[in-house]
Amino acid sequence: MPLLSPQDLQALWLTLRLAATVTALLLLLGTPLAWWMARTRSRWQRPVATVVALPLVLPPTVLGFYLLLLLGPHSVLGRLMAALGLSALPFTFAGLVVASMLYSLPFVVQPLHNAFESIGVRPLEAAACLRAGPLDRFLSVALPQAMPGFVTSAVLGFAHTVGEFGVVLMIGGNIPGRTRVLSLRIYDHVEAGQYHEAHMLSLCLLVFSFSALLAMSLLRPRRRRHD
Amino acid sequence: MTESGGLDARLEWRRGTLTLDIDIALPPRGITALFGPSGAGKTSCLRAIAGLERDGKGTVRFGGELWQDSARGIFVPPHRRRLGYVFQEASLFAHRSVAGNLDYGYRRAGRPAHLDREGLVDQFGVRPLLARRVDTLSGGERQRVAIVRALASDPALLLFDEPLSALDAAARDELLGCLETLHASLAVPMVYVSHAIDEVARLADHLVLLDAGRVVAQGPLQATLTRLDLPPALSGAVGAVLEGIVVGHDADDHLTELAFAGGTLFVPRRGDAVGRTLRCRISARDVVLTRERQHASSALNQIRARVVAMAAAEHPSQCLVRLDAGGCALLARITRRSWQALELAPGSEVWAQVKAVALAG
Repeated sequence: MPLLSPQDLQALWLTLRLAATVTALLLLLGTPLAWWMARTRSRWQRPVATVVALPLVLPPTVLGFYLLLLLGPHSVLGRLMAALGLSALPFTFAGLVVASMLYSLPFVVQPLHNAFESIGVRPLEAAACLRAGPLDRFLSVALPQAMPGFVTSAVLGFAHTVGEFGVVLMIGGNIPGRTRVLSLRIYDHVEAGQYHEAHMLSLCLLVFSFSALLAMSLLRPRRRRHD
Repeated sequence: MTESGGLDARLEWRRGTLTLDIDIALPPRGITALFGPSGAGKTSCLRAIAGLERDGKGTVRFGGELWQDSARGIFVPPHRRRLGYVFQEASLFAHRSVAGNLDYGYRRAGRPAHLDREGLVDQFGVRPLLARRVDTLSGGERQRVAIVRALASDPALLLFDEPLSALDAAARDELLGCLETLHASLAVPMVYVSHAIDEVARLADHLVLLDAGRVVAQGPLQATLTRLDLPPALSGAVGAVLEGIVVGHDADDHLTELAFAGGTLFVPRRGDAVGRTLRCRISARDVVLTRERQHASSALNQIRARVVAMAAAEHPSQCLVRLDAGGCALLARITRRSWQALELAPGSEVWAQVKAVALAG
């Protein structure tokens, strides 16, 4: 008997594809958001930071439920998308991506926010006095100095997306090949009494999570002497 | 209004409980020291000139350029001001090597051909450090790298914010020597913030005295430090700065003889070669006045001088006496009782005694 059935492999592949897409998009959108949060003196900073942190404490089913209402075919957004000739997001891969991005948002934005904040203003001021403009300063000073934060964000964002259950169930359904991710597949196996199969997949996730965390701590540069 | 090529800053702002009201005009060449007690607003002032603080309202001009005019909504950001800023802590980029740090501003300045970067690297002894990571450098090494980094960005104006204050005595002495050498070859003006009067005496040509957020005096170094009307907070700094030429060394007694316009002066042995110009600060409290030249005094230096003026000192028992020694200003802090006992008055001929021991460094 093979270790993983074709359906299991399909779920595994879908999960990896989902996590990679979500992580890449979150890094792309989360970087400017985290930069803004770390640098702004706006009174909106705290409310925005709170919204970003919300998925940390909200039950995933609540998040999924609201997303279902928000994105469903009868919502304003759903009707707008239908009018534009786009299919509704629930029960599609794109829907899973959107939901997962919201769910994993704090895991990507918060490490970036901390990394940008810990740079402090001084290196950026020094760069400005060496003729670097704002974008130049961001690319040549902030990004390289925040690199450990990016590693943490990527690993946490990826691992957290791989492990989610409630949101994907609510928004994705459990459609083989389209929205049936690893965690749902494990649930199915357990429901059907297929403990061996559930065991295999669970072990996969366990090993993956451990490896991800280990890699993160190895990739992080050793604590340097303070400047 | 503005001096051609110089810096002209009129700014006003509040920072906590301190109201800063700055009006400075600096010459287009040489080193200007911003001196004053801690909390006087020296660093805030320097940051406002650099454009690192946007709170100040007013105007800043440098050379022919208008850097800030709040009334017209003009504010040129720091990266367009051609500055070389050296912070109190070196503030090197931790993710770059020493060479990478030096390259940062040099590359953005377009690698100017007229700039002798290699010469600067040698002048500040940075060459052996080029391949090092910045977190392996000592405090003195970091600050030297930060200074070369600033100079290599081809600045039109140098702004130094207490670059020596975080260093130990040996590193500070070494870097002060480097800065003296730099002073001699400097083609652009520098504003140098410090609360150490010995640094100011050795480096500055021009002085701006700050106290509690206001400019209390500004002008040429010697003339400003010998003013009689400075506020009590600056009383420790008042005194003469004499510039003399090394005429000889006494190897046996470890003394160096300086010739200046008002006579000669013995100071503890310095390393400088004969013929070099040296500065020597004589604090007002280290000067003793006598009517006659003393022949049995332990004070090595006796300088013939004439009393120019007297003013009350901050303590009612004391007064400050301004003297003229061959065109050089000297300042003595003596008791009122002595002033009366010696029957001194403007025009009196006196001898100013200065212990050589008081003239170290």
